[in-house]
Amino acid sequence: MLLLLQYTLTFSSVLILVALGGCISERSGVINLGLEGIMVMGAMGGALTMRYLPEGSSAIVIILAVLLISMLVGVLYSSMLAVAAINFKADQTIVGTALNMLGTAGATVIVKAINTAANPDDVSSAVQYAIPKQAFFVKLGSFEFSWFMLVTLIALLVVYVMLYKTRFGLRLMACGEHPQAADSVGINVYKMRWAGVLISGALGGLGGIVFITTGVSEWRFENGVAGFGFLALAVMIFGQWKPLRIALSALLFGLFRALSNVYVGFDFLVALNLPSQIYNMMPYIISLLVLAFTSKKSRAPKAEGIPYDKGQR
Amino acid sequence: MKKNLLKNSGVQSLLSSLICIVLGLLIGYVVLLFINPAGAGEAIATVIKNFMTYSKPETQMKYLGSTLVKTAPLLMCSLSILFAYKVGLFNIGAAGQYCAGVGLALYSALAWQLPWWACLLLAMAAGALLGAVSGLLKAYCNVNEVISGIMLNWITLYLVNMLLTLVKEETSPYTLHISTVNESALIPSLGLGKLFTNNQYVTIAIPLAIIMAFAVWIVLDKTRFGYELKATGNNKNAAKYCGMAEKRNIIVTLIIGGALAGMGAALLYLTGFEQWQCSTSSVPGMGFSGISAAFLGGLHPVGAVLSSFFIQHITVGGAYVDKTMYCAQISDLISSIIIYLCGFVLFMKYAMNAGIAKREEKAAAKLAAKTEEKGGEQ
Amino acid sequence: MEQQYAIEMLHITKKFPGIIANDDITLQLRKGEIHALLGENGAGKSTLMSVLFGLYQPEEGEIRKDGQPVSIKNPNDANALGIGMVHQHFKLVECFSVLDNIIMGVEPTKMGFLQKKEAREKVLALSEKYGLHVDPDAIIEDITVGMQQRTEILKMLYRDNEILIFDEPTAVLTPQEIDELMQIMKNLAAEGKSILFISHKLAEIMAVADRCSVLRKGKYIGTVETANTTMEELSAMMVGRNVNFHVEKKPSVPGEAVLQVEHMSVASKRSKEDAVKDVSFSVRRGEIVCIAGIDGNGQTELVYGLTGLEPLREGKVTLCGTDITRAPIRYRNTHGMSHIPEDRHKHGLVLDYTLEDNMVLQRYFEPEFTGKAGFLRRDNIRAYAERLIEQYDVRSGQGPITHARSMSGGNQQKAIVAREIDKDPELLVAVQPTRGLDVGAIEYIHKQLVAQRDAGKAVLLVSLELDEVMDVPDRILVMYEGEIVGELDPKTATQEELGLYMAGAKRDEVKA
Repeated sequence: MLLLLQYTLTFSSVLILVALGGCISERSGVINLGLEGIMVMGAMGGALTMRYLPEGSSAIVIILAVLLISMLVGVLYSSMLAVAAINFKADQTIVGTALNMLGTAGATVIVKAINTAANPDDVSSAVQYAIPKQAFFVKLGSFEFSWFMLVTLIALLVVYVMLYKTRFGLRLMACGEHPQAADSVGINVYKMRWAGVLISGALGGLGGIVFITTGVSEWRFENGVAGFGFLALAVMIFGQWKPLRIALSALLFGLFRALSNVYVGFDFLVALNLPSQIYNMMPYIISLLVLAFTSKKSRAPKAEGIPYDKGQR
Repeated sequence: MKKNLLKNSGVQSLLSSLICIVLGLLIGYVVLLFINPAGAGEAIATVIKNFMTYSKPETQMKYLGSTLVKTAPLLMCSLSILFAYKVGLFNIGAAGQYCAGVGLALYSALAWQLPWWACLLLAMAAGALLGAVSGLLKAYCNVNEVISGIMLNWITLYLVNMLLTLVKEETSPYTLHISTVNESALIPSLGLGKLFTNNQYVTIAIPLAIIMAFAVWIVLDKTRFGYELKATGNNKNAAKYCGMAEKRNIIVTLIIGGALAGMGAALLYLTGFEQWQCSTSSVPGMGFSGISAAFLGGLHPVGAVLSSFFIQHITVGGAYVDKTMYCAQISDLISSIIIYLCGFVLFMKYAMNAGIAKREEKAAAKLAAKTEEKGGEQ
Repeated sequence: MEQQYAIEMLHITKKFPGIIANDDITLQLRKGEIHALLGENGAGKSTLMSVLFGLYQPEEGEIRKDGQPVSIKNPNDANALGIGMVHQHFKLVECFSVLDNIIMGVEPTKMGFLQKKEAREKVLALSEKYGLHVDPDAIIEDITVGMQQRTEILKMLYRDNEILIFDEPTAVLTPQEIDELMQIMKNLAAEGKSILFISHKLAEIMAVADRCSVLRKGKYIGTVETANTTMEELSAMMVGRNVNFHVEKKPSVPGEAVLQVEHMSVASKRSKEDAVKDVSFSVRRGEIVCIAGIDGNGQTELVYGLTGLEPLREGKVTLCGTDITRAPIRYRNTHGMSHIPEDRHKHGLVLDYTLEDNMVLQRYFEPEFTGKAGFLRRDNIRAYAERLIEQYDVRSGQGPITHARSMSGGNQQKAIVAREIDKDPELLVAVQPTRGLDVGAIEYIHKQLVAQRDAGKAVLLVSLELDEVMDVPDRILVMYEGEIVGELDPKTATQEELGLYMAGAKRDEVKA
């Protein structure tokens, strides 16, 4: 049971972080379908940091360095979306999809190059980080607390306050709802949208590193992040683009994802004797069902996905 | 006149695609330089040469054949995506529809011992079914087809793994060989294989795919059905206003898109070229590469034929690079950079048109400055 | 002594590829005056204002504030100079509160956190002072258009703007609300604010403005004192010729009813209440019936219900004796109903299709245009489009193969009118058919409507323009909050009377 809670919280953390990223980007008016790729890139940044940090670095150094680098890589990578979608008015769906493909391909090429350079016989795309990874976890009895959970909570609060209590948030949301109105009162729509996309990059990168450290002690980058970026988008839609509702729906989705990891611990689930593939499918099926019932009256930001053109009024 | 040629939107598309390719290869080259400057030039040449790295013409033909074998499914996936895109839908679910096609093609060949054409039709039906789900969700529940497509991709992957586990080899995770179980399920070659130095995998699948490309072109451009679909894609409110069944059109489009992708799977797997690995942990990339091919081909069926071949060409070429320095994914990298650049095509065309307009305006200003006042527009 | 000008735009020239939007235009706004800027759609008014706000940089000319040359590079510069504008389409974020919209861009903050309390006090004080009643916490999408406009005015006052620009502010208001707005503008001017009032409505200009500058086709025509001019003179300056605003028509000879609507109710998308409530009326052969009313009182939904774009919640619609209540749209379109839609870009045209493909939008499926195997008969489509283009004088760059997107609004509308009338309908539903068009195109479309009437067709016109409502139809039905509250005879009714019905201040029991 405790294990289920732990996995639920871990997966929810990933979903919350990434969905908040998607939310901020869309609130500013840019649909970020590239979250999946951003996660991969952020994860790669974090994983390589763990690998290259000198052995015996203190836990706090590891934690800070990994978080920072993941976010930084996410930000840099998301700027590819920002420049295309905001400045060149590219189709956000195409660019987002390209970033997803490029994320996996790029990370694989980079990691393989590093592996091969270190050892010509090593052509795997995996990064090991069994030991430094321990820095993130603290045993509380049989519950393994992860600092990522705290980071997620902080991110949630910060995003909430930022959106609803600050000047920045007011302006950001105005750009996603009615950019012409924002422009007419002197708000620079391009800048705000850049900010929205870059923040989503930071959160996406963070989500990526949290995702790959949930599992085993290494990650093969050929695998990408298994559709989690898109699950996060489903969470965001279910959460109606509102941070607190996003958090709640992420918990629900996290629960179903966690079940596939720990269902063997529940006698009645084992008794059902379902193939494990069924559990793997669960989060995706649930999200389809949820979307089917909630999309009809969705309150998406009105101007999302529409490139802003100053000349057109 | 040179100006008029540039004004033609087909020429603009072609030029934009070429720019994307050149830039994509250039960036790929730079990445290779970073990894290991020693072999970068040779590696990028290898990627571009693909089968031409072999010196003997017979071998070249044989491997050209192999590239073509994999071009057929890619072309089908890109047709699936461009068909849906013309109707305003982004069928990222093509990957899952392709996957479903693999599942049913192989299962009906191996378990039910059906002939190849029946397997092909069933594969199309499987893809169409998935497309229908996305379409229904889009039309009646307002679910974005990109997100439902991705979810269905994963669901399908696991289902197909489950299904094909029933027909796999006992000692490996791979499915049985069609040639040993049910030879009638192999797509006939009709002598095509002989042209490619007895490449047994070269079959009528390749001409079939090309015929489909022309069929899609004709349907979209010349028929009432295509007129309705494109009207729905461009402006679904106007489509409703003039009495078209815009919801039905959305569903039908995704069903056709799904069938095309499913057919693509059958065109590859029913040649016996590949087996399915029943522990596959990510959705096959063919559907995603189809996105690249569709956009690189300027969203035109004939363009898709060329771009599919190009993308498959460099993908296979990637396998020949020197593994002690680089990895095969360099081709994936290049093709994903190309699709990223395709996002800029609109801007490139805009820039071309603006350039033309500027030049024309200058010319017009030189000719006569006094005619401006007339302007028949109100 | 040199006249005191608050703002001057001297010899402004702004070119776009292909056209000169502003050609040597001079506009001088005195301190404390109400100055009207008159011109047709496309005369260059909005371009001139965009120049004033720094959205465009002019090729020639300069802008002076209080006699000093200034450079305006963006809206912030304009704002810093005290220039504010109420846009024709309000620049309000619909899901934000009134207060958030007012402070947006000049938010009072402490360390980046919003300090709304002091802002609220300032807003309340301003609304008190100028009689601009608003609820600061109401959400924009829930409040009336009038209150939205007051929010826009407060936005300018909150920024202490001295130069206030009103862009076509009366288009969305009832006659009574218009009077109220005029009073507010006079109050503001009396307080020393300088007001620029952009309009093409002559009566309003005569009523409120001190002076009036006129633009036509991008050129400056002149500036006159309203006290020393007449409406006729102004209209001649605006159009370049004397315009007959009155629509010539013979008395109508109504025949039997073509359209019969009984107890129609249509659900609303936005609220729980029905948008159309238990409406009954009929339209007969040989008459034009006009549905009048302020925008958003159920006219759109009424038309959607008639044409099949939305299902009815209750009631019955009969067309030429056939019950079409549940008939599909295609059936209606092929059995005598034509529909010139309210929004030509949303419904009327496929903008990325060519003109010829748009011309057959309602008939492409007929055997003339689709062959047996489902292939389009391109030659016939081309011939048909060419005939319509010729007959209805639709102008475009490349004839039938012009993309609809690249055509002017007037010609797009002409194309739709041609397509719908050429179907030879029994009933023509024309919704705001002249919206955003210039005088020439308006005259043309009015003539077509009357011609249809005289040919024995039934015409249902939906209009927001008072002049059109008074001039074109044979009967007026006024809608207010989803109900038909009055039937008027345009020959005897006055604008004031019409206004009272439109504002819901007066109502009759109307029978079908």
